[in-house]
Amino acid sequence: MSATPELHAVESTDPLAVPRRVALVRPDTRPAVRRIEERYVMTFPHLIVREVILFQVVVIALSLVAVFFDAPLEGIANPIETPNPAKAPWYFLGLQELLHYFPPIVAGVLLPALVVLSLAVIPYARINLTAGPLWSRGGKSTALALAAVTAALFILFGAFGCWPIAVPTLLTAGAMFAARGGATGGRLRRALARVTLPEWIMTWFVVIATLLTVIGTFFRGPGWTLVWPWSGTI
Amino acid sequence: MSATRVSLTDWLRGSAVYRSIVRHGTADTNRNRSLVIFENLFLHVHPVKVREKTLRFSHTYWLGGVTLVSSLVLIATGILLMFYYHPSVPQAYRDMKELNYVVDNGLFLRNLHRWAAHLMVFAAFLHMLRVFYHRAYRPPRQFNWVIGVVLLIVTLFLSYTGYLLPWDQLAFWGVSVGTNMAKEAPLVGEKIRFLLLGGNVVSENALLRFYVLHCVVLPVAFLLFLSVHIWRVRKDGGVQGPPSDTNDPRGEEAP
Repeated sequence: MSATPELHAVESTDPLAVPRRVALVRPDTRPAVRRIEERYVMTFPHLIVREVILFQVVVIALSLVAVFFDAPLEGIANPIETPNPAKAPWYFLGLQELLHYFPPIVAGVLLPALVVLSLAVIPYARINLTAGPLWSRGGKSTALALAAVTAALFILFGAFGCWPIAVPTLLTAGAMFAARGGATGGRLRRALARVTLPEWIMTWFVVIATLLTVIGTFFRGPGWTLVWPWSGTI
Repeated sequence: MSATRVSLTDWLRGSAVYRSIVRHGTADTNRNRSLVIFENLFLHVHPVKVREKTLRFSHTYWLGGVTLVSSLVLIATGILLMFYYHPSVPQAYRDMKELNYVVDNGLFLRNLHRWAAHLMVFAAFLHMLRVFYHRAYRPPRQFNWVIGVVLLIVTLFLSYTGYLLPWDQLAFWGVSVGTNMAKEAPLVGEKIRFLLLGGNVVSENALLRFYVLHCVVLPVAFLLFLSVHIWRVRKDGGVQGPPSDTNDPRGEEAP
C-alpha cells in the first residue's frame, strides 16, 4: 500500500468566510478526528436551571420595584393646556434634545434614519469584520485622517452650537490619540491600544447618545432651557 | 412521611396519564436529560448539550435573557390590564383611576407593566452593545444582527404606543411631541402622521389606533421576529461570547 501523502490543515484567514469544519480521514486509520478542546454540558439541568433562576431574579426585582415605586399618572389629557416642558419618553429625549440644535428634518428624520441604517449594516461593512487595533500599522495616515475628521465634525457641530456632540467628539479623538503607541504603556493605555476603529466609533456614538438623553431627561426645564435636576421644573 | 411522598411522586410519574404527557422518566440519566430537551416543543430551541463556557456570566451577561423575561412579564401583565381597559376618551383615563384605587392590586399590576417596559428597552440596548463589543455579529450571524435591530425598533414602537394609553397629560404630550417629529419627514411625513393618528391631532382615533398597534399588531410582529431571532441563535451554534483573543480579528469561531 502506497504511503499516504502528509495532510495539512489550512486555516482560512478570510474573516468573511462562513466557518466550516472539514475532517480529513486517512483511508487506513479510524475516522477519529481531533477532539475539540471544549467541554460540553447537558442543557438540562445546567442551562435550564440558570434560565429559571434568571427568570425568577428578574421577576422578583421588577416586583420589588413595582411595590415601592408607582407609575406616574398626571391629570387627564388636555389638548388646550400644554405642559412646559412637554417631554417624550426617556428613550426619545436624546432626539428631542437634538431638536434644540438642528432643524426638525435633521433631528427628527435624517439623524435617526442614519443611526438605524448604520446599525443595520454593521455586519456587512467589511471594516467591522477585518479591522485590527486602530494603530496596529503605525499609522501616520491614520493620524492625519483622524485629525481631519475630528476637526470637520467639531466645526460642523460647533457651528450649530451642539456642544453635547462636539465636545465628546474631541474627547474621543483625544483618547484615540492617547492609544497610539500605548502597547508599551500602562494597563489602561495597553487596553486602549487594542481598540479597533469600529469600537471607537460605537463608543463615540454611545457616549453622545447617553449624554443627550441625560441632558434631555434631567437638565431641561421650561422652554427647553438648561436647569438643574433639583430645580423642580424638569 | 417523606417515604410516602416520594412514592406518591413516583406513582404519579409512573401513571399512564403522566407518561402520555411526558414520555420520558425522571431526568436522572443523560438519555432522559436529552429527552427533556428534544421532546419538548419549547425547550427544543436548545441543543441537548451546550458549550460549558457559554454558561459563564461574562459570556453574555444574560442580557438577551433579561430582555426576553421582561417581554414575558409584559405579555402577562398586559393581558390582565386589557381586562380593565377601554380605549376611549375619557374612559381610558377613568380606567387608570380604577386601577389605582379600586381594582385589587391594580396599581401593582400597572407598576409592574410600566417598569418592565422600561427594563425591556434598556436591556435591549445593553444586549445590542454587548453583541457589538463581542463582535458576535460576524458570519454566520450577520442577518440575526439585522433581525435584532428590527426587534429593537419594534420594542421602541411597542413602548411608545403604550405610552399614550393612560390618556393623561404625560401620555398626550409625549406622543404629540413624537408625532410632530414624524411630520417633518419629506413627502410622506404628513401622510404617515395622519395614518398613525387617524387625524391631524392626537385624539380619540389616535388612542384606538395606538391601542390596536400596542395590543395586536406590534406584539404579533415582535413574537414573529423573536422566534426567528432565537431559532437562528441555535442554528448558528449557540450564543457567541467575547472573542478569545482580542488581537485576533477573527476571534473565536462557532462550533
